Amino acid sequence: MTTRIVELRRGILKKNDELAAGLRHQFTSAGVLVLNLVSSPGTGKTAFLERTLRELRARGAQAAALVGDLETDNDARRLAASGAPVRQINTHGICHLDAEMITRHLEGWEGVSLAGLDYLFIENVGNLVCPSSYDLGERIRVVLLSVTEGEDKPLKYPGLFNSADAAVITKIDIAEPCGFDRELALHNINEIRPGIRIFETSAKTGAGMDAWLDYLAEQATPS
Amino acid sequence: MHELSIAASIVESVTESAAKYPGARVKEVRLRVGALASVVEDSLKFCWELATEGSPLAGAALVINILPVILHCDACGADAEIAGVQSFRCPKCGELAADLRQGRELEIESIELEEPDAVVPDPVKEQV
Repeated sequence: MTTRIVELRRGILKKNDELAAGLRHQFTSAGVLVLNLVSSPGTGKTAFLERTLRELRARGAQAAALVGDLETDNDARRLAASGAPVRQINTHGICHLDAEMITRHLEGWEGVSLAGLDYLFIENVGNLVCPSSYDLGERIRVVLLSVTEGEDKPLKYPGLFNSADAAVITKIDIAEPCGFDRELALHNINEIRPGIRIFETSAKTGAGMDAWLDYLAEQATPS
Repeated sequence: MHELSIAASIVESVTESAAKYPGARVKEVRLRVGALASVVEDSLKFCWELATEGSPLAGAALVINILPVILHCDACGADAEIAGVQSFRCPKCGELAADLRQGRELEIESIELEEPDAVVPDPVKEQV
């Protein structure tokens, strides 16, 4: 018997990365800004997205959403109330979305063409670990954190927070009764992802939404 | 718990590469995993057992080499390794540094194969 070492130097998620690169190219050519929204379950991603879709429509922008959950189409039905096209992705037990699921759900999406959209939001499965490894072809990865979660969430989940391009703090309307330490939360986010844009919002009162929508418009404009 | 998906991807990739060496058995698979790759070493090893069971890779060892985070500091120009992943500050000057140079890797570095010794052809038979 002889032993042979074969150097591979190959990405483990190479297939996903290649699919994601293809999607990114497709999104860029179509001129649609794609955002991947990631958080724990219960942070309020759906409420935040619902308000975002509604306000974007009011501003005359075309936006659509893909929404990932293990089971049920409850979120898609909630989001559809905004009037925007929404498609549910059920992962049936898988803890994250991957590029193949995005590709499959973009195909045959009735009434939606990428070229006709300004924004496409992908609401990931509620999870702060697994989605960090899977590129979906997005241009902006948004991590959300609510005031009801610990201010140390960024320290606990550095892999995901460090990979984000923007951070959104949700439910700020209840920050005070929750004893939310704003300074500490901002400090922790910045320690893990220095210089990241942070938005402090409430989907309920609309606080902070203007700054977020302005950011979206600024990112959607080709520089 | 995406380690099972990751283990399955490794099995697929290694099986494909090993197929180029007929008769060879995969003894070891070596990975390079960044400290920020969100992969739990023990969990991946556990899933590796599950994913290889009953496959041609059964019994192959999985060696995980964890790579620390290296940051490039714009303030002082240093490329330096940080201890842990709790604060992204340059260890040389203390400034926050966002430019990550290492720490997200999720790669198969190499595989070790055990091959049967080449059968030396019988020269007499060759001529027939």
